[in-house]
Amino acid sequence: MNTDYILCVEHISKSFPGVKALDNVQLNVAKGEVHALMGENGAGKSTLMKILIGMLQPDSGKIIFKGQEVNFSSVHEAIAAGFSMIHQELLPFPELTVAENIFMGREPVHGWLGWINRKKLYADAKALMHKLGVTINVNRLMKTLSIAEMQMVEIAKAIANKAEVIIMDEPTSAISGREVDILFNIIRELKKEGIAIIYISHKMDEIAVIADTISVMRDGKYIGTYPANELDNKQLINLIVGRELDTIFEKRISKSGKPLLEVKKISGEKFSDISFDVSAGEIVGIAGLMGAGRTEIVQAIFGLDKIYAGDISINGKPIKISSPKEAIKNGIGLVSEDRKKTGLVLSSSVKHNITLAALKKFSPGALLNLQREKQVADEQVKKFNIKTPSSNQVVNYLSGGNQQKVVIAKVLLNDPDIIIFDEPTRGIDIGAKTEIYKMMTELAVKGKAIIMVSSELIEVLGLSNRILVVRKGRIAKELKAADATQEMIMEYAME
Amino acid sequence: MNFAKNYLSKYGILIALLVICIVLSIATPYFFTVQNLVIVLRQVSINGILAIGVTFVIIAGGIDLSLGSVIALTGVIAAGFAHPNTYPVMMPVLVGLSAGVLIGTINGLTITIGKVAPFIVTLGMMTIARGLALVLSNGRPVTNLSPSFNFIGGGDVLHIPVPILLFALVILISSVILKYTRIGRYIYAVGGNENAAKASGIRVNRVKLFAYIMCSGLAALAGIVLASRITTGQPNAGIAYELDAIAAVVIGGTSLLGGRGSIAGTVIGVLIIGVINNGLDLLNVSSYYQQIIKGIIIIGAVLLDRKNARQ
Ligand SMILES: Nc1ncnc2c1ncn2[C@@H]1O[C@H](COP(=O)(O)OP(=O)(O)OP(=O)(O)O)[C@@H](O)[C@H]1O
Ligand SMILES: [Mg+2]
Repeated sequence: MNTDYILCVEHISKSFPGVKALDNVQLNVAKGEVHALMGENGAGKSTLMKILIGMLQPDSGKIIFKGQEVNFSSVHEAIAAGFSMIHQELLPFPELTVAENIFMGREPVHGWLGWINRKKLYADAKALMHKLGVTINVNRLMKTLSIAEMQMVEIAKAIANKAEVIIMDEPTSAISGREVDILFNIIRELKKEGIAIIYISHKMDEIAVIADTISVMRDGKYIGTYPANELDNKQLINLIVGRELDTIFEKRISKSGKPLLEVKKISGEKFSDISFDVSAGEIVGIAGLMGAGRTEIVQAIFGLDKIYAGDISINGKPIKISSPKEAIKNGIGLVSEDRKKTGLVLSSSVKHNITLAALKKFSPGALLNLQREKQVADEQVKKFNIKTPSSNQVVNYLSGGNQQKVVIAKVLLNDPDIIIFDEPTRGIDIGAKTEIYKMMTELAVKGKAIIMVSSELIEVLGLSNRILVVRKGRIAKELKAADATQEMIMEYAME
Repeated sequence: MNFAKNYLSKYGILIALLVICIVLSIATPYFFTVQNLVIVLRQVSINGILAIGVTFVIIAGGIDLSLGSVIALTGVIAAGFAHPNTYPVMMPVLVGLSAGVLIGTINGLTITIGKVAPFIVTLGMMTIARGLALVLSNGRPVTNLSPSFNFIGGGDVLHIPVPILLFALVILISSVILKYTRIGRYIYAVGGNENAAKASGIRVNRVKLFAYIMCSGLAALAGIVLASRITTGQPNAGIAYELDAIAAVVIGGTSLLGGRGSIAGTVIGVLIIGVINNGLDLLNVSSYYQQIIKGIIIIGAVLLDRKNARQ
């Protein structure tokens, strides 16, 4: 064993009913390095991290921290020992303030009775946010924050802890641009202090910028560890997926048929005066910063948010959409941004989630045809490559990326003509991303009208025919994708 | 795999039921006779019908505390239409059930459109319905009921007591609704994640309304059976019955958070409570001690079940 390593994971295995999540996995992390952990959805990354932080106990194997074998039976112990983790799935206390969230479990106290020192709590939180360069009022209730803001609070929380190993499980899945820059600056500072960072992300460009070392996992097995500068993008992708990947973006055919969906001067709570149209066979990208109102616009079109003024028409016919039910009836589908909030019933099975919006298909009479339902759900599981022991598995137990695939499978089961994808590749691995891009292109070829909201400029540029840049609830600019660049989009998106 | 887990947790509670039965059979041989088991089934049928109703509401993410009072109110109302030589026997049944449906509608609308918490709405309804029962009956039992009405709670068909047949019918229909119909599936979705249900095009308010109507409607059925069984519309009947019903549902593995549960589980829960009551009676345990023992066994059964489920 190399004593330079602050953390050595040896021969760890872990099974869940029906799934061998980790199979004899190893991982060696040095002081002061950013160690990227990569692998497809369901490869076992989060499971390994949950073991390190004491949330799960391994079936076998050893964890050696600073030369000593450790065995955390609770998160509390792991934190006390010097670990800290930003979870893939946010775990906020919605009714508490930002400051209270940051210091949850470690509140500064007065005297032996343990009264919380509120003044110090808020002052410390404020100082921390200031140091991080984040402008969120620490008195705000957590529930009033956007996902991006919550993510920043989560990062602050992990750092407030004086940790020696910080685990970041997809910390950037909900943030973009400026916030990512802030995070990377923080990471560089932490490195200087000798803190080791285990960084999980599916975003290749981030890995190229921030990682020193890369370890790859596949199907619960350890594949290898490599210095980041010795791997090019293609080699890394091959290691992750275990095969050659086709070109990521297909050639798009630009079509300019009659507009299928027309939106005229609609206004809502967070946007105003939005007009655009989408033709059959076209992909329209919506770009902009977090909180610019992109999600609110598409949710309003889908009937989830209120529209105060303006008109929507489909195929030239004006329609009124005041609920998702009507939107679905009119052939609109929405793959929503927040799968936990509006995408999935986590306590239900994969099967029941996939068929939830299309149950009519399975009940010609009064009763559901359960065989047919199972058959169709299984087909979707196969078609979308959802990694699950069976379609009866409760969705909550799937890995993040596979949950996202369930949402897409569900929406497409209704065969909508107009499909809105809001951050469709959040948390999805590079292989699955390619599949989703291919699928979106195919859907467009079949004559569907597609709207895609995304914070990943590469995918907006790579897939769209046209790009709408939204700034502060208004369309700042419409660009032809063919002659748009990342810089142009950012320029219009910035305030 | 979760399937297996589900089964395990179902079996866990089934095992608890069997263990209790075996212990009672040893302690008192009379327990395991056809005669006694029929008595147990007849005794549990009222709580069983109630528990199934509240299962709908709990899976949908709500709660109903008004059940005991609804039993009294619908019993009194039905009895009022059941005097000999007045109306045909269908009349008290239909009027009683309609009263239940009306109460469920009021509960459901106040919760969905009025956006008041189910706990508060049904707590209010608990005292309103009890008050109404007392007002309508002048606080006195409504007696002198027709033999055909009394048949519902006291009669036999093919040697099987009618309440047991009704309970079986309710089990059957409810299982079909929850498992094989869209509304059943929607009940799980609404209880599991209301926002996701809405985004899937489900009319969440209607689904909740349905659950509350089902619940009060079945409580009305239980009220009619009880009134017929004791041949009286008793305004003080059914006090705290909701507690046994909710206990049975929870013992049966239905999550109070909503989104999870089954009729089969509830039926087992009902049987556990019923068997304990019966066994302790047979053993001549004083009713003070009965309460303590019952509480301990209920918690123990759930503890055993949850431990099983976690493994
Ligand atoms: N509590 C659980 N019960 C059952 N199976 C589980 C549980 N947690 C994880 N799994 C399974 O273990 C495997 C590994 O999951 P994990 O969350 O570690 O993947 P991941 O590499 O983090 O994927 P992603 O990139 O999608 O986040 C998956 O197949 C998942 O379905
Ligand atoms: Mg993960």
